[in-house]
Amino acid sequence: MSTPFYVSPQQAMADRAEYARKGIARGRSVVVLQYADGIVFVAENPSRALHKVSEIYDRIAFAAVGKYNEFENLRIGGVRYADLRGYTYDREDVTARGLANVYAQTLGTIFSANAEKPYEVELIVAEVGPAPEDDQIYRLPHDGSIVDEHGSVAVGGNSDQIGSYMDQRHREGMSLGEALKLAVEALKRDSNGSERTLTAEQLEVAVLDRSRPQRRKFKRVPAGQVARLLEETPAPESTEDESEGGEEK
Amino acid sequence: MDFLSAHAPEQLPGNRPLPPVEGAVQAPHGTTIVAATFAGGVVLAGDRRATMGNVIAQRDIEKVFPADEHSAVGIAGTAGLAVEMVKLFQLELEHFEKVEGSTLSLEGKANRLSTMIRSNLGMAMQGLAVVPLFAGYDLDRGKGRIFSYDVTGGRSEEQGFAGVGSGSVFARGSLKKLYRDEMTEEQAATVVLQALYDAADDDSATGGPDMTRRIYPIVVAITEDGYRRLSEEEVSGLAQTVYDGRLRLPNGPQAPVS
Repeated sequence: MSTPFYVSPQQAMADRAEYARKGIARGRSVVVLQYADGIVFVAENPSRALHKVSEIYDRIAFAAVGKYNEFENLRIGGVRYADLRGYTYDREDVTARGLANVYAQTLGTIFSANAEKPYEVELIVAEVGPAPEDDQIYRLPHDGSIVDEHGSVAVGGNSDQIGSYMDQRHREGMSLGEALKLAVEALKRDSNGSERTLTAEQLEVAVLDRSRPQRRKFKRVPAGQVARLLEETPAPESTEDESEGGEEK
Repeated sequence: MDFLSAHAPEQLPGNRPLPPVEGAVQAPHGTTIVAATFAGGVVLAGDRRATMGNVIAQRDIEKVFPADEHSAVGIAGTAGLAVEMVKLFQLELEHFEKVEGSTLSLEGKANRLSTMIRSNLGMAMQGLAVVPLFAGYDLDRGKGRIFSYDVTGGRSEEQGFAGVGSGSVFARGSLKKLYRDEMTEEQAATVVLQALYDAADDDSATGGPDMTRRIYPIVVAITEDGYRRLSEEEVSGLAQTVYDGRLRLPNGPQAPVS
């Protein structure tokens, strides 16, 4: 009888993390930014049918990168959790924090369970509040940790570069057009430093708009409107000098 | 609902064990709901009274609710159960929309409500019936449609106008004389208010517009632009017109004899 090879837990976890990270890095990125009236989600996604950004509940939305079947599974789980919560208690009692915790638990369990492979996904759960200070953005990496984010955040392939590009230029109280323009400028950056062109048709854009009179604040922005907003807005200016070369945080 | 019945069956209204009771249970009942279609959509209206036997249990109850962006539901019958049913119905439509990424067809929504009423049959046999009236704008056909139900969940589409609840007999008589095709939204709203006035006139369980307390029927309009509840000023204006007319002609507007 053969004895299985001994693999140290550190090595096993590192292998799993490496596997998940590689899977995530293959896909295109999603960026999420706060703007004056809410939170905007921009994903590079040529498909009209398979969404990377979707509604979870009144004030909560979800964005994901990685394997579609895995994050779709998590999304439906989230919608079920939120709807059941809201029905049992009250719509007010469904919060992004609660949902992010559920996701963290799920991802954490899947990551450390020995038999399965880890999920190759990275999620963002965001909730728009009555005022910009009350907005919440949580980033959930593949291993089940939660990162509380402010201002702007990027996930997916090349997210470090895109994230630092946005961090330098994002400021509070941007208009939707400005935020969108910044997001697109950021998504254009390739890992090798060159820039690609992105048209409105290649983008999936959605907002959580606190000024909407309806209870459900989530709204998809059609490609036509995206194109118009991008045309109307001048290119973002860097708050620092332009000569920086992708400085790492 | 399918998920709920698997995951948390105790949450479903139809799944609760009932204590054995003798005779009908005393619980607040809602009464009259009326609906009428017009050129660009449909209006749905309900009076504000809930009764428990001969007692007025509540004089400002709300019995008309949005089901989703393009449909609404008005409820007659046991108020507590009906409100819960509507809540579950709203949840289901929203859940479907979020999971599937598209809304249900109007027929699909009407069908779902049918199933929910049927699941309440046990309660209905004990006197706790819920009978809704469902109205919505059919985006595919481009017109307003009305569906009525019986307590067993039987569904039928109504042409033009419909009413449910204890005062609906009188309301329907009134609608029959006042309704015409191709009305404007405002005319349709006035017609349903007239019908509710007539229902309140002859049915003790239906409340008329309460001018002293400023409690008016709830009127909602559903058009291509979606669900809209008429503001209190709009309804009070229309109700005042109806009321003033009745000061001259207490039986309401007169239709030509031939």
